[in-house]
Amino acid sequence: MSTDNQTTAYNPPVLEFKSSSFSVPALILSGNELKAIEQQLQEKIKLAPEFFKNSPVIIDLKELTKQHLDIDIALITEITRKLGLLPIGIRGGSLQQNKNALALRIPVYSNSSNRTNPVETQKTIPATQITEDVNPSKEAASSKAMIITQPIRSGQRIYAQGDLIILAQVSAGAEILAEGNIHIYGALRGRALAGVQGNTDARIFCTHLQAELISIAGNYKISEDLTKNIYNKPVHIYLKDYTLVIKEL
Amino acid sequence: MVTSGKGGVGKTTTSAAIAMGLAKKGHKTAVIDFDVGLRNLDLIMGCERRVVYDFINVVNGEATLHQALIKDKNCGQLYILPASQTRDKDALSKEGVEKVLNELSKTFKYIVCDSPAGIEKGAHLAMYFADDAFVVTNPEVSSVRDSDRMLGLMSSKSRRAEKNQEPIKEYLVLSRYSPERVKLGEMLSVEDVQEILSLHLLGVVPESKSVLNASNAGIPIILDEKSDAGQAYADIVARYLGEEKPHRFIETKRGFFGKLFGGK
Repeated sequence: MSTDNQTTAYNPPVLEFKSSSFSVPALILSGNELKAIEQQLQEKIKLAPEFFKNSPVIIDLKELTKQHLDIDIALITEITRKLGLLPIGIRGGSLQQNKNALALRIPVYSNSSNRTNPVETQKTIPATQITEDVNPSKEAASSKAMIITQPIRSGQRIYAQGDLIILAQVSAGAEILAEGNIHIYGALRGRALAGVQGNTDARIFCTHLQAELISIAGNYKISEDLTKNIYNKPVHIYLKDYTLVIKEL
Repeated sequence: MVTSGKGGVGKTTTSAAIAMGLAKKGHKTAVIDFDVGLRNLDLIMGCERRVVYDFINVVNGEATLHQALIKDKNCGQLYILPASQTRDKDALSKEGVEKVLNELSKTFKYIVCDSPAGIEKGAHLAMYFADDAFVVTNPEVSSVRDSDRMLGLMSSKSRRAEKNQEPIKEYLVLSRYSPERVKLGEMLSVEDVQEILSLHLLGVVPESKSVLNASNAGIPIILDEKSDAGQAYADIVARYLGEEKPHRFIETKRGFFGKLFGGK
């Protein structure tokens, strides 16, 4: 009798619940045209295929709900899955949509934080827009800069949630991504993508521009577009009217 | 560890030369062929007829390290651990390799690992435990690009990287270099390669017929003290051990080629 009691008494707990917060991209839908969503999402993913591969995503429906547009939860999850994303929840949907999501075993997140803080939406919004705003501590995270002193070699990928500062070269075949600005004190021969979460104010600075691709908030130029007079020069790249502007420093 | 990413750039030649050079300086040295399935090191070292057991046998516990190690006929301080020709790289495991390396490090000062080409399992295991890396590169773009990729893997996928230790020390060995062809614009120059890789240059090995002859004869090129390539490797070993040596074989004039072709 005593042995049984003892085992229960001395059994260490094997589980525990803790609250933790994660940063998850939210896919904000502002149109319900499935074809257009799929196409635009595919284009976004193409810009940073490694980043989006198997990335969890929350489907944000509040814009649709505002516009009284309906969307089939089963179909939209299928599209995101097909493109390599892992939908882990919806938010801002109608009662029926919430019910459908739960039937698909997809969690429904409350939208409370956003109701008090309505997002300013542009009039000319694209059908999809990916932002990272589920985590309330995002502001703090993005103000921090990541500093790298080693060369970024071919095949390496760096992702910074805020600014990215590199005090070495970025080799051809390497990819650097930042939600904020990118500074490179060295030759940029690989791909540099700033403002990957849609920050159109992000900028890229580098001392020797030989990049394969440069992008700010999804607007990109490839090396063929770089003219001779800026090639291998110290430059500063920013976005003006959805066009990349490359200025010599 | 000797690596490059690309094949045919001179990894095995370099491994054999560096291992022999270290042993000649009086350091107890072992050289391991990681190219399981395509073993070459024993040919270059001239010990292919003395292979009984191999690296895989030791990893699998079918033979002891002592049984598998082959003592070099030219230098008593040098031992060779050949690869298996009948198996493939899947026969290697991280634990097995670690065990063998730990055992070797008890008796040997230097362990030279000859990495296979590519970035798959064999190459990964060869670099995983490395402290220093000799990156062998030819002066042409694809070789330089592959070396860059390999350097990236070393800084992210090695044991030192995973355990957040000091990174692997990287040295550039530029092989098959021909100053004439650089002058003609057919080859990347030392400066070009260094600009792309930004790596510490350990030495330049000139393109040389003596390398092929030495490989065919099964004598590491470094033992051919008359040849330019042999001297280049001797310089490389000396620099690795901390000696100051001016770089040679980079310029056409006054270099070995200049003398050979009457200062053309």
